[in-house]
Amino acid sequence: MARERGRAEIFGRRAALLAGGKFVILSALGVRLYSLQVLEAQRYRDMAEDNRVNLRLLEPARGYIVDRYGAPLAVNVQSYRLEIVPEQARDLETTLDTLARLIDISPKEREQILKAAKKSRRVFLPVTVKEDLTWEQVSRIEVNAPDLPGVDIKSHETRLYPYGHATPHVIGYVSAVNEDELNEDDDPLLELPSTRIGKFGLERQYELALRGKAGRKEIEVNALGREIQEFKERRIEAEPGHDIVTTIDLALQQFIIDRLADQHAAAVAVMDVRDGGVLALVSTPTYDANLFPKGIAPGAWHDLVNNRYKPLTNKTTAGQYAPGSAFKLIVMLAALEAGIGPGRTSHCIGYIELGERKFHCWKRWGHGTLDMLGSIRESCDIYYYELSQKLGIGRIAEMARRLGLGAPTGIDLGGERQGNIPDADWKQAVVGDYWRPGDTLVAGIGQGYVEATPLQLAMMTARIANGGKAVTPRLTRDLFVRDKVGIRPEEDIPSIGLKDYSLVMVKKAMQQVVNHEKGTARGSRLVDSAWTMSGKTGTSQVRRITEAERRKRVLKNEELEWLMRDHALFVAFAPFETPRYAVAVVVEHGGSGSKAAAPVARDIMLELEKREQQLVAGEWPAQFALSDRRGER
Amino acid sequence: MQSLFQRPGEMTVTERFGQISWSLVTLISLLAAVGIAMLYSAAVDNTGAPGSMDPWATRQAIRFAIGMAVLIFIAVTDLRVWLQYAYVVYGVALALLIGVEIAGTMGMGARRWIDFRIFLLQPSEVMKVGLVLALARYFHSVSHENSGRIVYLLVPVALVLAPVALVLKQPDLGTAGMLMVGGVAMFFIAGVRMWKFALGGVLGLAAIPLAWRFVLHDYQKKRVLTFFDPDSDPMGAGYHILQSKIALGSGGITGRGYLQGTQSYLNFLPEKQTDFIFTMLAEEFGLLGGLAVILIYMIILGYGFAIALRSRNHFGRLLTLGLTTTIFLYVFINVAMVMGVVPVVGVPLPLISYGGTAMLTVMVAFGLIMNVYVHRDLRLTRGGLDEDE
Repeated sequence: MARERGRAEIFGRRAALLAGGKFVILSALGVRLYSLQVLEAQRYRDMAEDNRVNLRLLEPARGYIVDRYGAPLAVNVQSYRLEIVPEQARDLETTLDTLARLIDISPKEREQILKAAKKSRRVFLPVTVKEDLTWEQVSRIEVNAPDLPGVDIKSHETRLYPYGHATPHVIGYVSAVNEDELNEDDDPLLELPSTRIGKFGLERQYELALRGKAGRKEIEVNALGREIQEFKERRIEAEPGHDIVTTIDLALQQFIIDRLADQHAAAVAVMDVRDGGVLALVSTPTYDANLFPKGIAPGAWHDLVNNRYKPLTNKTTAGQYAPGSAFKLIVMLAALEAGIGPGRTSHCIGYIELGERKFHCWKRWGHGTLDMLGSIRESCDIYYYELSQKLGIGRIAEMARRLGLGAPTGIDLGGERQGNIPDADWKQAVVGDYWRPGDTLVAGIGQGYVEATPLQLAMMTARIANGGKAVTPRLTRDLFVRDKVGIRPEEDIPSIGLKDYSLVMVKKAMQQVVNHEKGTARGSRLVDSAWTMSGKTGTSQVRRITEAERRKRVLKNEELEWLMRDHALFVAFAPFETPRYAVAVVVEHGGSGSKAAAPVARDIMLELEKREQQLVAGEWPAQFALSDRRGER
Repeated sequence: MQSLFQRPGEMTVTERFGQISWSLVTLISLLAAVGIAMLYSAAVDNTGAPGSMDPWATRQAIRFAIGMAVLIFIAVTDLRVWLQYAYVVYGVALALLIGVEIAGTMGMGARRWIDFRIFLLQPSEVMKVGLVLALARYFHSVSHENSGRIVYLLVPVALVLAPVALVLKQPDLGTAGMLMVGGVAMFFIAGVRMWKFALGGVLGLAAIPLAWRFVLHDYQKKRVLTFFDPDSDPMGAGYHILQSKIALGSGGITGRGYLQGTQSYLNFLPEKQTDFIFTMLAEEFGLLGGLAVILIYMIILGYGFAIALRSRNHFGRLLTLGLTTTIFLYVFINVAMVMGVVPVVGVPLPLISYGGTAMLTVMVAFGLIMNVYVHRDLRLTRGGLDEDE
């Protein structure tokens, strides 16, 4: 049949076209497969590895910081965060209801959780329900775990300063990593959002040692990012950070803070004159270092920054004060070293004239005639005007530097300032003026351009007390010896090259300041004590007293506004015969050194004596067992 | 009523059985074996190691055995019975589609299944065969002259559009597309003039905005949009395509090796045992494995083409080529989908993907193709009677 044949012919053509089309299309798919699997294979293979293997860092435990007896100053505690994985929580609202019966979840929190869960594009990613769970809450949730699908408790270590108020300026604090730090340091640990690094104090100084080394684990994840399995053989454990044993005596530190409670702002440094170990470094007002690791609230930060008493500043190393009469010790030493005998006398009538200017003694009607010991004992300004005029600023400055002023002490704590020991070159360079004779006089009584930090003053005193050894302050008693408290081997401390005679005379003068009946700090001598304290008062003016005021009456400190009052200073060492401790006390705008600062030093010495006795008697716990503490981790 | 198997003086069942192309059966079995092997690889055993007969491989093997029985059963039936009941099959399929529309209203989401207690029936799958049968019958019956007239095209157009509309409404974009393209292919081989296709194409294009507006669901629109711009939603709809490409690409030329694929237990892909099984296969066996499977499909399609050309009756020719086209569409859409060439529409890879309904549909189709082959020398009048020369 023709028609049937025609139909078959058309069918044949069309069928061949159709089959050819299919063949071409399937071949095209084959080409596409070739392009995916061969031409672009590397790209997709790389993506596949990213898909599969996920590198997770294992965070090392940050090293502890303890005081010289092992008392914990900075430790880590487990903190617990409650998370919920919306995808696994079948019904999020019901699960939250169940949770709310176990722990407190406010309606507002609940709303936020639901919102966060809704917003999260990847339902397998956990949403934080609550931070900082207590142990009780944790156990309550654990017990009810079967009723709480998708609920998970994550534990991580957070930094805790058990005595946060006692040592914030020494220990410092950790807090979240900022952009600059991230750029400077390529340790991958810093990229973890939970990482906290030292921002201040020892936490910063010994950051690298404390931090430890991150370990890593490689895990296989599915497309949802969920962990399938860990490649255990490729796991590298984290190396915990080193512990640091400081020279700080926590109890002494706290004693000093309490002792300074009635002052607005003060700084105290206590140093062992033999090895430079700093027993206490107190700057008040203090603050709680625990504010920082979790991120300080803006309000609290604002309060700290704008507090007129500057709690954030470590006044012991960054506070620069005119040392006032305490500087006379330097001038005396310079004179003795220059061959001026202690028998040299001055006659004080309350002032001397230099050219057209009058230079006053703090004692309006004068001291009368004084020899060198007397000049220190009674702190006569006239004697030192004359002495420094004779010596010249060069020799004074040289002596000041030998004792450690005018340069950072090098304590293992950042943010230290160097104070200032002026001379002609300095004045020309910084002030842009030549050095005038009057400048030398003012410098000779530790005023004017002379500035020192309390720690520098403590170091100066220590160098005098220890017989001229160039001791420098340090905070770590033993560096990075883990799991044991060891004592750094005694180093040979070089001499600063002063004659014994000079030092003996200065010490004798200091002894008289406190213990002689005419001594300016006689009120602070140690009574009922086996020790004798020696020291030197200093009262540094922060305002200029005009001639007009002098003619009428110099206003008393109590009559002035706080900021206008004199700084009160006192440097001391004890015991006199075998010096062990040097103390520098600066009470900001505290008035006179003898009234405001010396009694503090006295009480510190008494406390030190008491603690030594307790230690000898075995009453004081020699050390906290570090190994026990380790077990807690 | 005609006997299902034999009329006096014709081939016996045994003779028909002897006519079956065992080489085609072998090719089909080969693909099914590949499928079962992949399903074994896709599963993890109770220790978590890849490779398990549970939950898919065993069941798939049983289904294939049943499917093979169905294929052979259909192959030995009388072709004329299928000609006679073609519209009935189509009518039942259409009724089921309407039924699923009503019954499925009670269910949730996509309405595609009818629960017959012992098995779930997907009417759209029945329709894939039903539509080809109906169109083959129609074009077989219409004279060559009449098939050129536009009025005579109204009936088959309606035959195509009715199920397409119902399936689109389910909504099942993939199946609707397959029915549509399969139907058009039937028109093409039936000899409908090319300008009519052009006209239909223009009308179809005009209908796209309307479909976009009124027919397509949001998720379907999103899939289409994602297809054109995969980066717009890398973690959403585009994610599957990207993950599939990653698996394919990382397979390379020779593949990661059997049971070494990452997909089986990493779960980057949803429904890796169904829609994305080709991805698994090409990851484990690489380009060589992927091309081999495509090649086997090509050979099978070639068999279909040869059987159609060899058939002496027009119904058989149309039926075979129509069903071959349906199978081709399965393969093309699935493979193109996992390679990111077409949007993800949820079409399984015939014989390899896990799933009972698709397996049954494909085996029925092969049964009918085989039937045509068995009856390759049978001549039929337009009325369905033996042609008397």
